[in-house]
Amino acid sequence: MSELAIRCEGLVKRYSPEVLAVDGLDLEVRRGECFGLLGPNGAGKTTTVEILEGILTPTAGRIEVLGLRWAEHAATLRARIGITLQETRLPERLTVEEILGLFRSFYAAGRTVEAVLALVGLEEKRGAWYDKLSGGQKQRLAVGCALVSEPELLFLDEPTTGLDPQSRRQLWDVVAEMKRQGRTVLLTTHYMDEAERLCDRVAIVDHGKVIAQGTPRELVARVVGQEVVEFEAPGDGVAEPELRALAGIEGVRRSGAGWALTVSRLHVAIPALLAHLDRRGLAPTALATHRASLEDVFVVLTGRRLRD
Amino acid sequence: MIDPAPAPAPTPAPRRSPMLQLALARFRGFYREPSAIFWSYGFPILLTIALGIAFRARPPDPVRVAVVAGPQAEAVRAALAAGEGVLAEVLDADAAARALRSGQAAVVVRPGSPPGYALDPTRPESRLARAVVDELLQRAAGRRDAFAATVAVTAEPGARYVDFLVPGLLGMNIMSSGMWGVGWVVVEDRQKKLLKRLAATPMRRGEYLAAFLFMRLAFLVAEAPVLVGFGMLAFGVPLRGHVVDLAALCVLGALAFAGLGLLVGSRARNSQTVAGLINLVMMPMFVLSGVFFSARNFPAAMQPLVRALPLTALNDGLRAVMNDGTSLLALWPQVLVLVAVAAASFALALRWFRWS
Repeated sequence: MSELAIRCEGLVKRYSPEVLAVDGLDLEVRRGECFGLLGPNGAGKTTTVEILEGILTPTAGRIEVLGLRWAEHAATLRARIGITLQETRLPERLTVEEILGLFRSFYAAGRTVEAVLALVGLEEKRGAWYDKLSGGQKQRLAVGCALVSEPELLFLDEPTTGLDPQSRRQLWDVVAEMKRQGRTVLLTTHYMDEAERLCDRVAIVDHGKVIAQGTPRELVARVVGQEVVEFEAPGDGVAEPELRALAGIEGVRRSGAGWALTVSRLHVAIPALLAHLDRRGLAPTALATHRASLEDVFVVLTGRRLRD
Repeated sequence: MIDPAPAPAPTPAPRRSPMLQLALARFRGFYREPSAIFWSYGFPILLTIALGIAFRARPPDPVRVAVVAGPQAEAVRAALAAGEGVLAEVLDADAAARALRSGQAAVVVRPGSPPGYALDPTRPESRLARAVVDELLQRAAGRRDAFAATVAVTAEPGARYVDFLVPGLLGMNIMSSGMWGVGWVVVEDRQKKLLKRLAATPMRRGEYLAAFLFMRLAFLVAEAPVLVGFGMLAFGVPLRGHVVDLAALCVLGALAFAGLGLLVGSRARNSQTVAGLINLVMMPMFVLSGVFFSARNFPAAMQPLVRALPLTALNDGLRAVMNDGTSLLALWPQVLVLVAVAAASFALALRWFRWS
């Protein structure tokens, strides 16, 4: 049995001659890991996921899911994966329990409705009509529908966008439980904290291509460095080459009205920066440092913020 | 699509049939929606009541006669009142003239020898009243009839407007609940991306569609008897043919219109589009297929078109079974139209159906 849950090589999806949604995307997701697909809106994440889910057919590329190909093993694959689409409205006038029962009936094997209710924390809402649920409860139910079959591979497309904190944490627990059982999760998100917390590895997607791939920590260290120093100086009388020449500073980029510096040794870089500003007769109007994050990785790689 | 499944893991709970679950989901969605229940059951019954009252069979209107007051007035009034369905009243000359003008009286009789009649000959009831009055007075004056003709009364159930109407409403109801209940609901599921979600499960796609047919037939079991039973009890509408023939026609009609609904909903992406399409398909049939008046009123050149419409076939068939007691075998042209529409629309709908 293949060690990979998903192998995807040279994936291309062209909707029309002008619209190229996925442009030669390569991806390898290992069994038992939680893999995050990160990228701005329109980067091609959802198209990629829907191709992997067997909903869309690719224009070109080679894809194996759980070692099988959609063209030959569609029915087997559908029975072994669980999915949530970015937006699905379930039948308004059915109860939580009835909806789970409906989805459960499509699978030969899987969890009981009771077990799924517990898993997504909807026991108390079992008798409520779908249209009476909150947004977070609806999303949890959608995830519940994906879990009725005990899938080996779970796809979550933007599962926590716009959710209340409680529902978000509940979904994080679901992902943790999947991993604990050695199952695989592929999720897309634009919450970087979520990706750093849940994902063993991530791929950053932009313009239909993977532009970086690795563990969150690896990516941050490789692309950005360990710490980020952001500052603004009055009149902006600072030049980039001067900043680059300072001790301990590894990267320089504009950030809003000021600058963002990536550094590996904060205790060296900060005194050097302050001394430099002092020589120029400038006092920083704002100065802050944070541990470098995936957000910084994205900005460094694309020059844009993730949620622009 | 079918390939060898891997050895199934032990199932913790008995699995319920997906067909049953899908059909149950349809039922629940329906009966938890009060407006759907009204349109399926309440509306046709209200329509039957309203039209049944408006076109109810009434006893013949009485012949109203004014007799001008005078010495012989009372004798004339008594002679007239002896006639069946005649209301005679003695009034003074002015009041009698007023009664004639206002339609209170159809004819004014001036007693005398010979008596005089005043009437407006352009009013049919006045000409009728004159004939009735003249005959009664002639007989009272001693005229003998040359013969007594026999009369057969023909105002029997099966020939009244309400008898025409109830099968038409039943046909119309089968059409609209098929078109809306399948076409609209399918497109709603597509718009909600529920179709896409369901298609990504191992659900057999045919089962999703079959659940609609199952549901339509089950609702028919409730719809048709309610309307026919109401017509029979409230208006004495006849059911002269075999109830099995009637049921078979209803089932064929339900299948034909469920198929058309599915066809209309097979590609539309939003419910406004499908609502327009449904009305586009149904409107010509409301007008042409003889729901409220006979389709034979249309010119002969249009008849082939009118006859080919599934609602015409259904309505003609229902009327023939209920009012004339025709057997289903004799209705083979209607049956053929319904079967052809059902088969063609399902075949095309399945080919064109869009899951996402």
